[in-house]
Amino acid sequence: MDVISMKGITKIFGSVVANKDIDFEVRFGEIHALLGENGAGKSTLVNMLSGIYTPDSGSIFIREKEVKLTSPRAAIDVGIGMIHQHYKLVEIMTALENIMLGQKGGGFLRANIIREKIEKLSQRFQLGVDLDKKVYEMSVGEKQTLEILKVLYRGANILILDEPTAVLTPQETEKLFQVMNRMKDEGCAVIFITHKMNEVLRISDRLTVLRKGQKVKTLETKSTNTKELAELMVGHPVNLAINRVETVKGKVLLEVKNLTCVNEEKVQVLKGLNFTIRGGEILGVAGIAGSGQKELCEAIAGLYPVKDGEIIFDEENIVGLTPRQIITKGISMSFVPEDRLGMGLVASMDIVDNMILKDYHKQKGFLINRKPAAEKAVKIVKQLDISTPSIHHPIKELSGGNIQKVLLGRELEAHPKLLITAYPVRGLDINVSYKIYDLINEEKKKGEAILFVGEDLDVLIELCDRIMVLCHGEITGIVEAAKTTKEELGLLMAGEKHQDMEGITRDQNS
Amino acid sequence: MTSNVVSFLAAAIVAGTPLLFATIGEIITEKVGNLNLGVEGMMLMGAVAGFYVGLKTGNPLLALLAAMACGAVGALIFAVLTVSLRANQVVTGLTLTIFGTGFAGFMGQSLVGEIAPETIKTFFQPVTLPLLGQIPLLGEIFFQQDLFVYFGYLTAVLMGIYLYKTRFGLNLRAIGENPAAADAASVNITLYKYVHILLGGALCGLGGAYLSLVYVPAWAENITAGRGWIAVALVIFAAWNPFKAIVGSYLFGGLDIIGFRIQGTGFAVSQYFLDMLPYLVTMLVLIVVSMKKSQEKAPPKALSVPYFREER
Repeated sequence: MDVISMKGITKIFGSVVANKDIDFEVRFGEIHALLGENGAGKSTLVNMLSGIYTPDSGSIFIREKEVKLTSPRAAIDVGIGMIHQHYKLVEIMTALENIMLGQKGGGFLRANIIREKIEKLSQRFQLGVDLDKKVYEMSVGEKQTLEILKVLYRGANILILDEPTAVLTPQETEKLFQVMNRMKDEGCAVIFITHKMNEVLRISDRLTVLRKGQKVKTLETKSTNTKELAELMVGHPVNLAINRVETVKGKVLLEVKNLTCVNEEKVQVLKGLNFTIRGGEILGVAGIAGSGQKELCEAIAGLYPVKDGEIIFDEENIVGLTPRQIITKGISMSFVPEDRLGMGLVASMDIVDNMILKDYHKQKGFLINRKPAAEKAVKIVKQLDISTPSIHHPIKELSGGNIQKVLLGRELEAHPKLLITAYPVRGLDINVSYKIYDLINEEKKKGEAILFVGEDLDVLIELCDRIMVLCHGEITGIVEAAKTTKEELGLLMAGEKHQDMEGITRDQNS
Repeated sequence: MTSNVVSFLAAAIVAGTPLLFATIGEIITEKVGNLNLGVEGMMLMGAVAGFYVGLKTGNPLLALLAAMACGAVGALIFAVLTVSLRANQVVTGLTLTIFGTGFAGFMGQSLVGEIAPETIKTFFQPVTLPLLGQIPLLGEIFFQQDLFVYFGYLTAVLMGIYLYKTRFGLNLRAIGENPAAADAASVNITLYKYVHILLGGALCGLGGAYLSLVYVPAWAENITAGRGWIAVALVIFAAWNPFKAIVGSYLFGGLDIIGFRIQGTGFAVSQYFLDMLPYLVTMLVLIVVSMKKSQEKAPPKALSVPYFREER
């Protein structure tokens, strides 16, 4: 029996057709994956199930009854619970308070009765959550479990998970999959949104592919493979291999010795890091979000105060230099934060002015000459295939992917000797991502040293020469990319130290 | 000597009562995520409305109701602008202060120099509470006060229980911290914001009415004299906690009157310096509080951020 049936759903935002005439069915007791590139309309489609948007046309049937889902409340009343990509939790409150939030009942809070109910539920679904722990003290995985428990407590039996694995370690992902399977066994329906094809193949029973707001196909997971899925998502055959370009490794360009940084709360965020990067080498950085990646990038770029240790670039200690002096020495950083726009670019300025930001000081005189920057802008737009009405268009009106290309393009255009790039493909679709990997490989061929902070372990393994794993600001291991596995990286990310750690760091320093 | 100290402390509580009402009102407003800098204006609106109705009817309860209603009307202007129209909260609050000051000045033109009627003065005579009032020292300080002061204790304690022990309090705190989370949990955000912003305004109005009906008790131009601003700072001092607001308000009540007392002892301190004292201490408090960074004592995370459901 179809528990959800959406028929002929269309949703238009302004002039953008986000969903066009989509039919979508989900059965009880199945895990149904919704697959598609960015902007394919996955989130829009499920947001109409969770009561955040209402369709412009088409109808939704839940258990064969037509429903109008006009608010999150209406959605939960028919048993639909959504786990959003950004958790909807109040950080300062305990797990229990978060679950009690917005519940009907008497005026005073009756924590004990609710606690019992929750404990029964968490036993049934094997969800372990410390109910008295404050959310801000929880790990990402714990927060996610809490979100699931929250919607189950509200009586959801249709669960929608929006890119749930994006922020998890492989081990946490494994745990989530167990929970999802458990829910399936209990007869719930689970909708799982993602663009990671290997996960889809592992966990789902059926899947639906969306492309550019339209449904391509619904198919049985058993009968398909990565290659076919990629083709369905992109619309033409794609080559999924990333080449590790073999280069002759040059001299050591960057040497970090005992780098230690503390944050405003006097907590050590980087604890005595030691590593090196040679010219023509890509050093990958893996780790759970917030393990010190940002602080490391910023410390090298001169934006984060260094408490102790040395950063030796081209045989010179650059600790204490200003960011501009560091840029002049040939270090370039592009950091794509979670909201994509926070760092490096000014949203309301056009591409040309964003180019000037980094080298206006090289010009003489009082007035600024925009001509060289405009030439650069034209070149980057062409080279990276940036779709923009003109180079004089405010960048905030471009799509996320194009904004990222502007940022990366500007950093590459500076022809650095050391390129620091963090999450350059965050949220980008397959095509653009591969284009960016190619660009990074181009720079490697030129003999640049590259520090690549990434999220996707598969990509790190294929693209990098060596991978350094951070956990709570410590290096838990530096491994050869060609010889490592995702499982090994996962363990290191979770804080288990590499056995040969001592040996490897010694090798690097010698 | 002891009797001097006791009478000083008892007077500090009287002076702190208008601050307490305004601070509790602003705490409720900020907990639901709205920074209303119109406290001073709402206090003045309440002060003039309360005094006017009190003068005309001689009925203390009607006077208090009028003060609450007028404070709430001020808050309603703020709520419409910031919740429904999502205007900038800081600018709207400042405008409300200027509007409230003007409104009180205009309405109070004919009232200047008028004295509160006898019925009201008698109604707000100090009352010694049975048993509690007999406790040595403490009883004299806390429980030989007027009804309005007792109402202040009650309000602060009830608001503390409301915030931390009830379902409504949980929901409203969640809105101030993360409205998207509250929305996903199907809390009616607009309703909660309106109700509590209006409640906050009504409490500020009461604080103003205490000044014009009991503390002075006569009408004078700009009767609040900046107490609304001290209340805004006291919210931070109290770390958004009504119970701590009690301590803070009476402390600043003490600072407010310390000038008279010191002059009484013949100690030579400039009157201007003493007038400056509460504000100077306010600045010091803000500095000290900002230096301590703790999750628990931080302002509500979504304070002064308007909420749109469809924004991602």
